[in-house]
Amino acid sequence: MLTRREWILGSFSALVASGVLDAQQHAFEAVRAIAEGHSVAFAYLDAAAARTLSALAAEIIPSDDGPGATEAGAVYFIDRALATFDGDKRESYRQGLSRMEVARAKLFPASAGIDDLTREQRQELIRGLEKDEFFEVLRTHVVLGFLANPEYGGNRDQAGWKYIEFDDQMGYQPPFGYYDGPGNGEAK
Amino acid sequence: MTKARFRPSEEVDFVVIGAGASGGVMAKELASAGFRVVVLEQGPYLDESSFTHDELKYAIQPGLTNDPNLQPITYRKAEREPAVRKKAVEYGRQVGGGSVHFTANYWRFHESDFHEHDLLGDVAGASLANWPISYRELEPFYTKAEYEIGISGLAGANPFEAPRSKPYPLPPMPVKSSGVLFERATRKMGLHPFPAPVAVLSQPYRGRAACVHCGFCESFGCEMQAKSSTLVSVIPIAEKTGRCEIRPNSYVRRIETNARGKVTGAVYFEQGGNQVLQRAKAVVVCANGVESAKLLLLSTSNQFPDGLANSSGLVGKYLMWDLGLLAEGLFEHQANEYKSIQVTRLIHDYYASDPKRGFYGGGGIDARFDFYPAGFALNGLPPDTPKWGLEFKKTFGHYYTRTISLLSHTSSLAVESNTVTLDANVKDAWGLPAVCITYTPHPDDIATQGWMMRRQREILEAMGAKKIWGDPDDAVGTSRHLMGTCRMGKDPAKSVVDSFGRSHDVPNLFIVDGSNFVTSARQQPTATIQALAYRAADHMVKLAKAGDL
Repeated sequence: MLTRREWILGSFSALVASGVLDAQQHAFEAVRAIAEGHSVAFAYLDAAAARTLSALAAEIIPSDDGPGATEAGAVYFIDRALATFDGDKRESYRQGLSRMEVARAKLFPASAGIDDLTREQRQELIRGLEKDEFFEVLRTHVVLGFLANPEYGGNRDQAGWKYIEFDDQMGYQPPFGYYDGPGNGEAK
Repeated sequence: MTKARFRPSEEVDFVVIGAGASGGVMAKELASAGFRVVVLEQGPYLDESSFTHDELKYAIQPGLTNDPNLQPITYRKAEREPAVRKKAVEYGRQVGGGSVHFTANYWRFHESDFHEHDLLGDVAGASLANWPISYRELEPFYTKAEYEIGISGLAGANPFEAPRSKPYPLPPMPVKSSGVLFERATRKMGLHPFPAPVAVLSQPYRGRAACVHCGFCESFGCEMQAKSSTLVSVIPIAEKTGRCEIRPNSYVRRIETNARGKVTGAVYFEQGGNQVLQRAKAVVVCANGVESAKLLLLSTSNQFPDGLANSSGLVGKYLMWDLGLLAEGLFEHQANEYKSIQVTRLIHDYYASDPKRGFYGGGGIDARFDFYPAGFALNGLPPDTPKWGLEFKKTFGHYYTRTISLLSHTSSLAVESNTVTLDANVKDAWGLPAVCITYTPHPDDIATQGWMMRRQREILEAMGAKKIWGDPDDAVGTSRHLMGTCRMGKDPAKSVVDSFGRSHDVPNLFIVDGSNFVTSARQQPTATIQALAYRAADHMVKLAKAGDL
């Protein structure tokens, strides 16, 4: 019984196993490129879209209190998702970004792009787009880019996992948490 | 040892359709008794070397379950509505079936579950009926299942449990923080918490290693062989007999019959799409509560125009759902519930239906945590949490290690209009009609969910939760417990199979899986599916040896 999982199940139905493998291969190449000091190329996004998405991602999961979407490389997750297993969401991105540009020009006529906006202005822009169906697609991808396995290109250096204090190990031994620890009344 | 390989043209003794919780047991029992068995499984033959802790692949995408792009499902609340595409039901789709990726809760039904109609009478708008067997008749097979599959638990700890002939083969799993707080609070409330019985090894058992508490049970395949799926427990024994061939990637489209009204084998798509007929003296359908009904409805002929084994017209009817609600609480200290198995303590105090409540139903409540990191941030937070920004980030950051959930597992009444049918408009990737699910919960099922949610909130409060949130009373999610649709019973006009899963209409056709359930009990169907499979196999062996099939 997992009502809460319905939306993402419906939304991420496009998987084929090869899609996952492709995504992981892309991510592997990206990680190697970084290690070798090259800049990472985007597989699907153009530079302008990548810059806009990075700015939006940085407001969805900001870096004020430690690494956020930017440091985790969430935009690389998005790029790989759209290049591989979530290719059917490209149109949603294209149309969503174009609606966002229309809204920006209307709200802030003096700006030429999201780069020209202050953080407060970017947040105001997002508040106006919260109800847009694209926003939930983007939000989901940004969260996955922060918290899904690093093999997909985001969650760099496990930035997201470290933030939520998820300790990635193959196994654990009790006590697992405070309440089953010594002195805290562990059950007999 | 070479594994058995049979030519499709060779008439084997049994063809088993589906290698899941039931089919795995069937394969082991029939092959061990000396029969030649071919098991046709839709999905691939995976093993622990391919399983990983990849949330995106397994918990968010259908890594081990039916893929709605290949096998679409349509859903409607009632027959008068148009059906729309939606993954309304989910099932494991590989050798081992749902037993590979399930959460591994392993409850026996209570004695009362088998004769609730005697106890309670009719329920308006539902078809509440007694099972054709008693708990007593099934008990030896529950015990056999617990020992052969490998179950951890503590006999006698649940005062509402029916009598058992043997303790669990393995001691319970170590308690988690959720279990400590739940046990302490429910005891104070006068309730009776007990260690969760689970299909996970607390100690090494029959050549398999004990659980290492990695936490990736629900939705995942176990990398340690510690989750007691049929894939790692009974299927290897079936194959070792040299008489059982597990044939993966074999999607059955129809069961064949002859002029005498007996089944002769099954036609399946092999990988690449070729159609093959595997001949057999008897057919055992173990494809699950949705796929078994679908296959029977697909297997029409002049003799069986409404589908095979369907003279009662009840194939596909009385679909029961995976009901129950999630309540969550935030605690002061880090519980780190992402570690180890999902559930370590539960109660059955509210299990029995109590006429004083004014509606039929009841349930169990377990203390658990079954969120992985991204799923928690997306779907696990209180509804008043902002959807983005610093407050959103701080909330999922702070809550992930401090949240404990209570999940109820509640009754789902059998209603005739809740069905599995064939969709006339939508086809799957093989060209077969898609499954159409028609389902609306009975009003008593919603009343039960709401009543239980109030108990869950009381318990969370007693546990010391600083904040409590949960599902609305009428929430109905994706169903992973596929029950009903080929009901067992004594009367051929009111049921599809007898208590051994034998079709009333076709003597050498058996249907043995969750589809046989007459009632849903209080969910957690796997133990009963497997006990019924052991009992049915025992009977089939006797019939086959007597030349009675």
